[in-house]
Amino acid sequence: MANAPTKASRPPPRAPLPGPIEWLRENLFSSWGNAALTVVALLILYWVVVPFVRWAFIDAAWTGTGRDDCLAFENGACWPFVSERIGQIIYGFYDVTERWRVDLTLIGLALGLLWLTMPGMPGKRPVGAVMVLAYPLIAFVLLAGGFGLEEVPTTRWGGLLMTLVVAFTGIVASLPLGILLALGRRSELPVVKGLSVAFIELWRGVPLVTVLFMAANMLPLFVGLSVNKLLAALIAVALFSSAYMAEVIRGGLQAIPKGQYEAAAAMGLSYWRSMAFVILPQALRLSLPNIVGNFIGLLKDTSLISIIGFFDLLGIVQAGATDPEWATPNTALTGYAFVGAVFWAMCFGMSRYATHLEGVLGAGGRR
Amino acid sequence: MSTSAVEITGLNKWFKAFHVLKDINLTVARGERVVICGPSGSGKSTLIRCINGLERHQEGRLTVEGVELSEEIGQIEAVRANVGLVFQQFNLFPHLTVLENCTLAPMWVKRLPKREAETLAMKYLERVHIPEQALKYPGQLSGGQQQRVAIARALTMEPRIMLFDEPTSALDPEMIKEVLETMVELAETGMTMLVVTHEMGFARTVANRVVFMDEGEIVEIAPPEEFFTKPKSPRTKEFLSQILR
Repeated sequence: MANAPTKASRPPPRAPLPGPIEWLRENLFSSWGNAALTVVALLILYWVVVPFVRWAFIDAAWTGTGRDDCLAFENGACWPFVSERIGQIIYGFYDVTERWRVDLTLIGLALGLLWLTMPGMPGKRPVGAVMVLAYPLIAFVLLAGGFGLEEVPTTRWGGLLMTLVVAFTGIVASLPLGILLALGRRSELPVVKGLSVAFIELWRGVPLVTVLFMAANMLPLFVGLSVNKLLAALIAVALFSSAYMAEVIRGGLQAIPKGQYEAAAAMGLSYWRSMAFVILPQALRLSLPNIVGNFIGLLKDTSLISIIGFFDLLGIVQAGATDPEWATPNTALTGYAFVGAVFWAMCFGMSRYATHLEGVLGAGGRR
Repeated sequence: MSTSAVEITGLNKWFKAFHVLKDINLTVARGERVVICGPSGSGKSTLIRCINGLERHQEGRLTVEGVELSEEIGQIEAVRANVGLVFQQFNLFPHLTVLENCTLAPMWVKRLPKREAETLAMKYLERVHIPEQALKYPGQLSGGQQQRVAIARALTMEPRIMLFDEPTSALDPEMIKEVLETMVELAETGMTMLVVTHEMGFARTVANRVVFMDEGEIVEIAPPEEFFTKPKSPRTKEFLSQILR
């Protein structure tokens, strides 16, 4: 009995591969209810997706230089509007001869992001440091002028450039600020805690539109000096989103067991070191889905800066669509479809990268 | 320098209104091995956590290797670098490898270069017999292995005193032995050890003295032989009759 031979392991039984008919029956028509749902879903696809594809691709005007080329296609999108105006959509009213500076800035951003997000690239730390510390300054000089470059006032910035400037500043500033606020809110020092709570609740209690409006119009009135409107808006967006970020990160901090804090303290690690090496790496990983959710929200919220007279990606397309030279029934719709697709691509990219990052960070054994 | 590793005189502690530690007096000599036992809620874990400042006492004096634990934060960190603590729940850092768990404090508290900290960590991982797990993450190890990593992590700081807070209570029975053996080997090196445990076999073979606590006070202190065969207090007798069946 004690030395009975152990049973040999064998592989699990393999289910026979279902044929297409079985697959349909199992997945789409397994009951009367499911069959009905399948039919309804197919009908919705037919009524919504098919007309959209016809409008956007099949019946659309693809080439041309003006309104007349689009009027011939009365049931389709007016893509020449987008292609003719693409310069404005990307650069806003930025001086045409200086557009290369915007190109350089955006290419720099794209290269930096690619370098940082591609798995297995060497030297991510120095590149990351350059992107966070040096890049914003270089980008600022390139875009605004100075050091021999002609000055381009921020009132002339616009389009995709404006959207990216606001989103990038908000993202880069709100993460570190949010971390500090989250730590402050959990601090044992009453003053630090009180100030953090007050800051977070103040910004979370006010709509972004109000904040932007205050920053652009009321602040100069109160302070009495003319602040650059874009700068005021950028600071407002950064502070606003850092308050939301703080709450997201606080959620992650709360999920870390007390034993982790105690183990770090028992080894003699100071508060900041235990935060930096033990607590935050775990808390940020836990809050990653929500952090990226905030980034996506922030990117989309950038369209609100049109309230203070800037023309972001959405604003400039909207403005262009009212141009009588392009007045067709489909101009505005085409513009919105295009803007929607651009936003969707940017947000989807972020979302996919976050999913990938979660997999990488979760690869180390979890408890 | 005094010859005692830990000196506790007239120590009192409260959690809000609850009096957890009552007039504790205990002196532990260098190289001595003291086992602290008692029913749950008797304050033994709290006492051991006071010794490295994870819990603050309100009254009395507590001196560790000649440094008195006071309100000053600098004192507490000086004490902590000298005192290793092993927890019941291991508390390894799940996002770091075994090796990184061990080298973190030597690198950032003692400021050792990475190479040196790693050599040191490997030395102690070998001592607890798991050098081959150095590059794994804690989640990939068994409970017994994790607790041995926790011991190695504490030892890599080369502390003078090791505190153990019920180190085997969260382990499956077959894992308890490997951890206890590691602790016996550590005792043989002459390390000063304070161990909160219910492992009476360990107390019998390793301890110089056994401390019995109940309801926040030290009821009896005796060498193991005397403690197990001729307990003086009726509370000790009752506890022993429950635990030794």
